[in-house]
Amino acid sequence: MNADTPTTPERPAPSPPSPRAAAARRVASGALRWLFTLALTLAGLLVVTFVIGRKVPIDPVLAVVGDRASASAYAAARAQLGLDRPLAVQFLLYARDVLHGNLGLSLLTSNPVLDDIRRVFPATLELATLSTLIGVVVGVPLGVIAAARHNRWIDHVARFVGLIGSSVPVFWLGLMGLLLFYARLHWVAGPGRIDPLYDGMVDTHTGSLLIDSLIAREWDVFFNALSHIALPAAILGYYSVAYLSRMTRSFMLDQLNQEYITTARAKGVPERRVIWVHAFGNIAVPLVTVVALSYSYLLEGSVLTEIVFAWPGIGSYLTGALLNADMNAVLGSTLVIGATFIALNLLTDALYRVLDPRVR
Amino acid sequence: MTTTPNDAPLCEIDGLRVTFRGADGRDTQAVRGLSLTLAHGERLGIVGESGSGKSLTARALLGLLPPNAHVSANALRFEGRDLLAMSARERRSLCGRQMGMILQDPKYSLNPVMTVGQQMREAFRLQNPRAGRRELRERVVEALADVQIREPARVADAYPHELSGGMGQRVMIAMMVSNGPRLLVADEPTSALDVLVSMQVLGVLDRMIAKHDTGLVFISHDLPLVMSFCDRVVVMYAGRAVETCAARDLAHAQHPYTRALLAASPPLADPPELLPVLTRDPAWLDEPEGAPR
Amino acid sequence: MHRPAASVPPLHDDDRDDDDRASTTRRRRCRDWLLTDSPTSRAQAVLGSAYRRWTRFASNPLSMFGLGILVLLVVAAALGPLVAPHDPLQQVLPERLMPPGSPSHWFGTDQLGRDILSRLIYGSRLTLSIAILVVVIVVPIGLLIGTVAGFFGGWTDVVLMRVTDIALAFPKIVLALAFAAALGPGVINAVVAISITAWPAYARLARAETLRYVNADFIHAARLQGASRPRLLLRYIVPLCASSVVVRATLDMAGIVLTVAGLGFLGLGAQPPSPEWGYMVASGRNVLLDAWWVATIPGIAILLVSLAFNLLGDGLRDVFDPRHGD
Repeated sequence: MNADTPTTPERPAPSPPSPRAAAARRVASGALRWLFTLALTLAGLLVVTFVIGRKVPIDPVLAVVGDRASASAYAAARAQLGLDRPLAVQFLLYARDVLHGNLGLSLLTSNPVLDDIRRVFPATLELATLSTLIGVVVGVPLGVIAAARHNRWIDHVARFVGLIGSSVPVFWLGLMGLLLFYARLHWVAGPGRIDPLYDGMVDTHTGSLLIDSLIAREWDVFFNALSHIALPAAILGYYSVAYLSRMTRSFMLDQLNQEYITTARAKGVPERRVIWVHAFGNIAVPLVTVVALSYSYLLEGSVLTEIVFAWPGIGSYLTGALLNADMNAVLGSTLVIGATFIALNLLTDALYRVLDPRVR
Repeated sequence: MTTTPNDAPLCEIDGLRVTFRGADGRDTQAVRGLSLTLAHGERLGIVGESGSGKSLTARALLGLLPPNAHVSANALRFEGRDLLAMSARERRSLCGRQMGMILQDPKYSLNPVMTVGQQMREAFRLQNPRAGRRELRERVVEALADVQIREPARVADAYPHELSGGMGQRVMIAMMVSNGPRLLVADEPTSALDVLVSMQVLGVLDRMIAKHDTGLVFISHDLPLVMSFCDRVVVMYAGRAVETCAARDLAHAQHPYTRALLAASPPLADPPELLPVLTRDPAWLDEPEGAPR
Repeated sequence: MHRPAASVPPLHDDDRDDDDRASTTRRRRCRDWLLTDSPTSRAQAVLGSAYRRWTRFASNPLSMFGLGILVLLVVAAALGPLVAPHDPLQQVLPERLMPPGSPSHWFGTDQLGRDILSRLIYGSRLTLSIAILVVVIVVPIGLLIGTVAGFFGGWTDVVLMRVTDIALAFPKIVLALAFAAALGPGVINAVVAISITAWPAYARLARAETLRYVNADFIHAARLQGASRPRLLLRYIVPLCASSVVVRATLDMAGIVLTVAGLGFLGLGAQPPSPEWGYMVASGRNVLLDAWWVATIPGIAILLVSLAFNLLGDGLRDVFDPRHGD
């Protein structure tokens, strides 16, 4: 998985101390601008999925009427599908459908695509959340310590972890994980989210099997679910660790070169506090935005991971649809994943501006 | 420890060498055999151009050099104690209690995400670990008032980017000098300020140091300023001290570099036709004979 | 050289010593010429700076390792048919699933009896050509858009950058999958699918670099001398962006190799029986538990190539932008 460094938002020019009204106006106009960008980007995504949908080599009309239909039946079906209207109108109709939640019907399941996605998305969210948690708990401290001990052995370990994280194909790592930890060592359960024995035993409240089984105090189910999620979460979590440790390290190295660190040391502040309170306190805000970005990357990474682990999330749904040329499902999943990805990206931008005291 | 009589030096530096190893493995000596002493309550100015090693010398004293710097000296002593033999933790605890440092630009030298009060409280708490929140807060406000900040309570709750340059430097002085350290290093404290504000800040610094009888190392590239503010002056060039004398004797300096520096700021009355140009004599780079390696 | 008369060494030793000394002096003179602080010709300056960069690059063992692997890859791709021990497509069913270390099949065989090493070697051509094709398409387009946006400014800049920002915000892999699904499987379609999502980063980078130089005095001077805008753009600005774009492209190649493999894993890249590495991993899935090597070895190849690009890119970044950090 190749992780891009986030584009640093431009810092606005320092403004003179202004009365509260002007500040509120600034916040409002910033929010409006952000909403506009969000809308524009989502519209772009719609255009792209529309274009992809039209590029399919299979004639959708033929898919409906078959290839032996008469010319008039063909024309009628075409009109019914709206394909005789100009492209712009077709796009607007498509946009209207999407905004109303109509993503078409899945070829495979014959369900509305949105219903299918609603069914499978929580599994992906559960996986992505757990993996990001692993990334934060392991990756961030690793990055901090690597920066604090620049060029010592822990720094080299961190850089190695980061390097491998940008070079290993996730589907292969998943297979290797299954081979080692499931087939050979029997430390974890195999593919799937839960053993068929326990499927459906707990009611769905949050969409997360782990949480739901905890709430219902079904310990067997909980541990079985844990055993199933452990490996895919560890695999995806590794990428999160690699990315977060690299970003944390980079941020920390920048901070440790700043003058206020020298001042803190000159005050006699012990080094541990200099690192974790002074330097780390200054990267907390960009770090939060980077964690949100990492989450969005994991959503993407799940697409190739879920197929390996038969994890019933939107990634499996998408890849299954791909292999069966179920274009509605493909485009619908692309839209949902894309919209979530975009929203998270833009959210990190907004978060950065909101949380940084220098911008307030 | 031992009671140090007041005529024993506060700081002793003998043969200080600071070396950096570059990426290609080659060593650069940034400070080459520097020696100086500082008496209690004395004000020493270190003057030199950028790259002469003046900042590094002061930081070596405080133990604040970057990790890839290699320090060696015949002697590096503070109040008679050998600094090089101390552990890192001991040296760190000396900072804040006995030694302090003021940097050039408060926009960068103060933590941007902590309020002024939080940062000053941190400094004071290190000196008085048992002091309570309210007591610390009072001390902070008192210290800010002491440096002539007009609304000390408001400033205590402000963030550094909300302060002007002069105010920021006064905050730094309040933070570092209020505890009465034995030694204060001021690294170009007025270089980022305009002239009037500079004068104000120096006035505050003057008072605070006199009040606590703090020894001062004043680093600057402004020779006339150092001449007026300090008791003694050390002129550094390329990592070496080329001249050491009392401030009032500087006009009669011996070394050609010092004379060239003095000549470079022409007098207001009767200025010369052509400004003198400083020609560097490569002999100035040589270390004195018999200098310890 | 003074030698006691009693022991006169044979004549040719003298000559060899002289030769050695001559070649050392020649080498030293060559190096001094390259490293001089005051080059007398453009060629000398260019060669000298290239030499400096090379020594700096070569001093990093990891970068050299990356370079070595890539050289190996190129050699394997170029000499494929000559080096491969077997026909990669030939199915020899009696020799199915032989483990690595077998005498005639160093990396073993897959479930159809095909030699894995040969398939790796032939597959390297696919991997390399797809990655190169993507970069060759994406870099000029991104460069053009970025430099034009930065150079002309105004509405051109706003519109182009809006489009770029929107494209940057899209999920790359998912969109590449969707495109590949719509266009159908195949190498060219995979290249197109990846290219469509890869160009925005270069546009952004090129624009940032362009903005650094667009108001520089030497650009103004050239304009005053009558240089036309296209000329300014192509002859002045674009070459200045070249180094950071090259570094970025090298680093991106690592990700592109992974994306290509991902597409192949899903059957969207080169079609069977083409020995595309990602597809090889997928086909090894069925026999993973009994014949681990069928899926593992192609994956290691993908890993090594991607790693090599990362190391090479890091090394180049150190050379071209030493301020970058470590």
